[in-house]
Amino acid sequence: MAMMPQSLAVPGKPPGGRPGGPDGGLNDEMDERIFGAAFDGRIVQRFLKFLTPYRARLAVAFCAVVAFTLTQLSIPLVIREAIDQALVTDTQDGALLDLIALAFLGVIVLNLIAMYIQETIVGKTAERILFDVRRTMYVHLQRLSMSFMDKTEVGRLMARLQSDVGALQEFLDTTVTAIGDILLLAGIVTVLILLNWQLGLLTLSVVLVLLIVRMIWLPLAKKAFMRARQTSSIVNGALAENINGVRTVQEMIRERVNFERFEIKAADNLRSHLRAAKFSQVMIPIVDTLTGAAMAIVVVVGGNMVIGGSLDVGVMVAFIFYVQRFFDPIRSLTIQYSVMQRAMASGQRIFEVIDVPVDIVDKPGALALDQIDGAIELRGVTFGYLPGQPVLNDINFRVAPGETVALVGPTGSGKTSITALIHRFYDVWEGSILVGGHDVRDVTQHSLGKQVGMVLQDPFLFTGTIFENIKYCSAEATRDDVVAAAKAVDAHGFITRLPKGYDTMLEQRGGNLSLGQRQLLSFARAIVADTKVLLLDEATASIDSHTERQIQLALKSLLAGRTALVIAHRLATVRGADRIIVLNQGRIVETGSHRELMAKRGLYHRLYAMNYASFDDIPEEIIRQAAADTSAT
Amino acid sequence: MNTVVRILRMAARYRFRLGLGVVCTVIAANFQLLIPQFLGAAVDHAQSLLAGTGASPAEAQAALQWAAVMLLTAGVLRGLFTMIHNYQGEAIGQSIGYELRLAYFEKLQRMSFAYHDRVHSGDLMTRGMLDVEGIRRFVDGAMLRTIVLVILVGYGGYHLIGIDPVLGALALSFVPVVAWRAAVSSITLRRTWRALQERMSILTRIMEENLGGIRVVRAFAARAFEMAKFDTASDSAIVLAMRRIQIRYTNAAFMTFSYYAAMGLVLWVGSHKIIEGAITVGTLAEFLAFMAILQQPVRQVGMIVNSTARAFVSGGRVFELLDMDPAVQDKPGAAPLRLTDGVIRFEHVDFAYGEGEGASPALHDVNFEVGPGKSLGIVGPPGSGKSTIAHLIPRFYDPTLGRITIDGQDIRDVTLDSLREAVGVVQQDTFLFTATVDSNVAYGDLSADRERIVNATDSAQLHEYIDSLPTGYDTLVGERGLTLSGGQRQRLSIARSILLTPAIIVFDDSTASIDAATEQRIHAALKELTRARATIIISHRLSSFMHADEILFIDQGRIVERGSHEELLALGGRYKELYDLQADFGDDLGLAASAAAPEGA
Repeated sequence: MAMMPQSLAVPGKPPGGRPGGPDGGLNDEMDERIFGAAFDGRIVQRFLKFLTPYRARLAVAFCAVVAFTLTQLSIPLVIREAIDQALVTDTQDGALLDLIALAFLGVIVLNLIAMYIQETIVGKTAERILFDVRRTMYVHLQRLSMSFMDKTEVGRLMARLQSDVGALQEFLDTTVTAIGDILLLAGIVTVLILLNWQLGLLTLSVVLVLLIVRMIWLPLAKKAFMRARQTSSIVNGALAENINGVRTVQEMIRERVNFERFEIKAADNLRSHLRAAKFSQVMIPIVDTLTGAAMAIVVVVGGNMVIGGSLDVGVMVAFIFYVQRFFDPIRSLTIQYSVMQRAMASGQRIFEVIDVPVDIVDKPGALALDQIDGAIELRGVTFGYLPGQPVLNDINFRVAPGETVALVGPTGSGKTSITALIHRFYDVWEGSILVGGHDVRDVTQHSLGKQVGMVLQDPFLFTGTIFENIKYCSAEATRDDVVAAAKAVDAHGFITRLPKGYDTMLEQRGGNLSLGQRQLLSFARAIVADTKVLLLDEATASIDSHTERQIQLALKSLLAGRTALVIAHRLATVRGADRIIVLNQGRIVETGSHRELMAKRGLYHRLYAMNYASFDDIPEEIIRQAAADTSAT
Repeated sequence: MNTVVRILRMAARYRFRLGLGVVCTVIAANFQLLIPQFLGAAVDHAQSLLAGTGASPAEAQAALQWAAVMLLTAGVLRGLFTMIHNYQGEAIGQSIGYELRLAYFEKLQRMSFAYHDRVHSGDLMTRGMLDVEGIRRFVDGAMLRTIVLVILVGYGGYHLIGIDPVLGALALSFVPVVAWRAAVSSITLRRTWRALQERMSILTRIMEENLGGIRVVRAFAARAFEMAKFDTASDSAIVLAMRRIQIRYTNAAFMTFSYYAAMGLVLWVGSHKIIEGAITVGTLAEFLAFMAILQQPVRQVGMIVNSTARAFVSGGRVFELLDMDPAVQDKPGAAPLRLTDGVIRFEHVDFAYGEGEGASPALHDVNFEVGPGKSLGIVGPPGSGKSTIAHLIPRFYDPTLGRITIDGQDIRDVTLDSLREAVGVVQQDTFLFTATVDSNVAYGDLSADRERIVNATDSAQLHEYIDSLPTGYDTLVGERGLTLSGGQRQRLSIARSILLTPAIIVFDDSTASIDAATEQRIHAALKELTRARATIIISHRLSSFMHADEILFIDQGRIVERGSHEELLALGGRYKELYDLQADFGDDLGLAASAAAPEGA
């Protein structure tokens, strides 16, 4: 009964298998798999490719980082000079001190410049890379075949485009400081050893202790961090579902139950985060203790060396400075651990999308369709979605230029597959499809799309004005063209009755319009696009008869002068077609005009005589019966 | 400013944690400030010996050891107290996040349809996830860190000024500069954050629509067009993202510089003072060590400012919803609905979507009554207001004028829960939750057993299909599960509603995707259920309610014709026209009439 069963897969599962294959879509398992690694070489490597365009800039930034680190390192050294100069009583020299102060000023000005260059370049580049990553994913999604898109929920893709890219942002933000931290760490180690290698090594020995402690701490902390992330995704999932289903929730008076369930999830989320917090905080006293120990070493050993005359006081002060700075980067690197972990998991998910192969591509030297006559021809087409399960078998037919052909048949007979193939959403297994005499695989997809229009069953509208929706991507269409198209499908009337006419903004997916109105707009959109060939999938949901009549009339003006293949559900549409192709189980059963088919008394006649509003309505068993009867006679 | 104050107030309610956190912060800061003192002392001891003044080597060594022990102790204690205050900070942050998440969830569920019509679901999601997170980070990051910073600067500064006023003042000279830059950048950052958030949500919407309408995009070969759309939105967001970074890091660099400049001044003036003999080397070392302690916090000022700016924007977005009153809610002292017969009445009901100038009138002067065992059919062109009537009954919206009563009680005077329990609206489009078929059907009544569930699905003509599934009623549906067709979803919606056996049933065009024959079977199966109940059927398929006791023909929000099927046919008006149309266009009704001559028309 749980609202969001989280099928969280075993963390140990190898991330190597690529579930997002060409036909796999993005499934649950992949989405929910939790990756433990805070550093995955392959992901980082691939990620580095996104840096390539910014090489020059990053090189500058790198120089700035080095300069920045050097200035950071030299500040204690300048202080040491000052102290040692001021200390040696016989050469106390005020002028020299002024010079040193000037040097200090020089160093910090350099520090300012280097820091500014480094942080702005790295910060901006990181931000740009995020947009690049998002764009790369998005472009890739635009090119993927429909078979992938069909199987993948929009919500899940959006999660990758948003949350995963967002996780990278956090990562890049901290990386800016992390890189500096690591360099500084290396620099400090070098300077300490150069200043006095005995004291240096002794001081650094505490780092060894830290490494050992971390080795014990890591596996435990990792588990806690992972759990915290899981509970977050559960809470967000539950929230998302309730937002999308809020109307149903209110109708069913489920508010209280859902709230209680959400409370449990949120409480679990709180607990797991607090536990993770304990793990990350426990490192603080350890690091601080070790800092104290290192300083104690400097004081006792270094102090004695000063007393013994083998160490300058200035060096001791410099050591103190370095030791204090030394643990800052270590501390922040510890905190960054979970950020890194999250980024690796997100990176993995991002690359999974980018790695899905594009299986429909333009041939090299593909032809751009220009002036064509609009004939459609299918030659021996066999096709299916799953290997070994063809949904179309050896389909042959031709639609002459200007002809309207209706495809009829029960659900699953292959009508939609035929229209999808003509638009090359998929490639045929066998045979070929010709549009205007050209094999669709020999022409560019873009030019094919400009010749072959499509009106879908579900009229999808975009946020924007009615004008923008009708015009859509036809750049050259004028306002007059849009109005003319709206008039042709008789939508002009209702549009002008709206408060802002053509400039009325459509709410989420055109929610402020009725289904029939949305349909008319999608017709108008197709008229503006003005393609030679039109593939039309009639809506199945019955609309009121007024709109129905309006749509039938609109259809007439839409189809006039075009080659049309209509997946017809309405008998009126079927009767109006020049020719009817009856499909059943992926094969053409009958072809002819309404009159011819009625006279033939075959499957069409039988189905027609059953008086269903649409062939889609007819229960399967009746069709099976009818088909059997027909083939028997 | 209110937003941040409000967040701070929320934090203030965790008195114990906050108190403990602040106390530990003070203690940790004190221990941290002790470290420079011990270091300074150690330097002095080592140096004094070298200078040939003061104590013997043995005494100096003992002093050094003492300083080392103290340093270690101070380090350990500082770490422990820091751990406690950090943990308390995070605990407060997480608890506030938890509280906000619950409050947000609760409010969201109660907001009326009008709100959900207006606000994009993606936007609600962003607020519930990212904005709550932004507030949480402010609490555990910025809030306590600011306290640490103030204590370190304040207490440490006080101590240093006590030792040497001039050097102390110099050491703190960067504070006003940092404060000034922080204030300025916080204002600009806040503006940028808000604008950036808005542009990002536009980008999100563009991506979401593109992916949702990918078939349209492909069908129109609109890839280039869509990419241009994406790039425009993306570029306009990048500009702001760049500005944010520019502001943030310019200020960070400036703050760090002012800090180092102060350190340089301390060094310069301090070493001259050493020459003059005014201070010891140890004192200078103490000053410098103190400044080294401040290095990290100064770097964090930028982060604090950034996260405060973000909390400001995020808080505003979250609190906006939390402060809103649902347009529809229980009156104070509302009593549960007392159901006697189950008579529903509309009395001169007017309704408009939206308010003020943008309001679009949807219903005008609607009157009707449906009693137990009676049925009402409603028909009319799209956008005529049919569905609006259905939405007014369970108070998804409230009428602008007139009233609706059930058994004589104005529905605005009774509790929402009791009202919605009495009214079952079967929607045209229902939402499937990611759960089993079983729990989706029993969504409104968790106590329903399998038998009742099967009864409901059986009446809705869905049982056979579910039963044919390999995992039957345990099959997962919804976003991650099995996809149901439009007709199947509608049947599930019907099953969901009739399982609850409401006193008044409204079918809101809920059979549009179900074929006429199946619909007839459903109505036949529901006969028993509807025998003693009021039923309202909204449909455009006349056969759905041909036998209803009364039929209303609605156009532009007004009832233009009313009567029984026969009366309306005899009237020869709009209804008759529609009836003839349906016959003409081969809808089931018409076909029934022309079945004898299938080749006709």
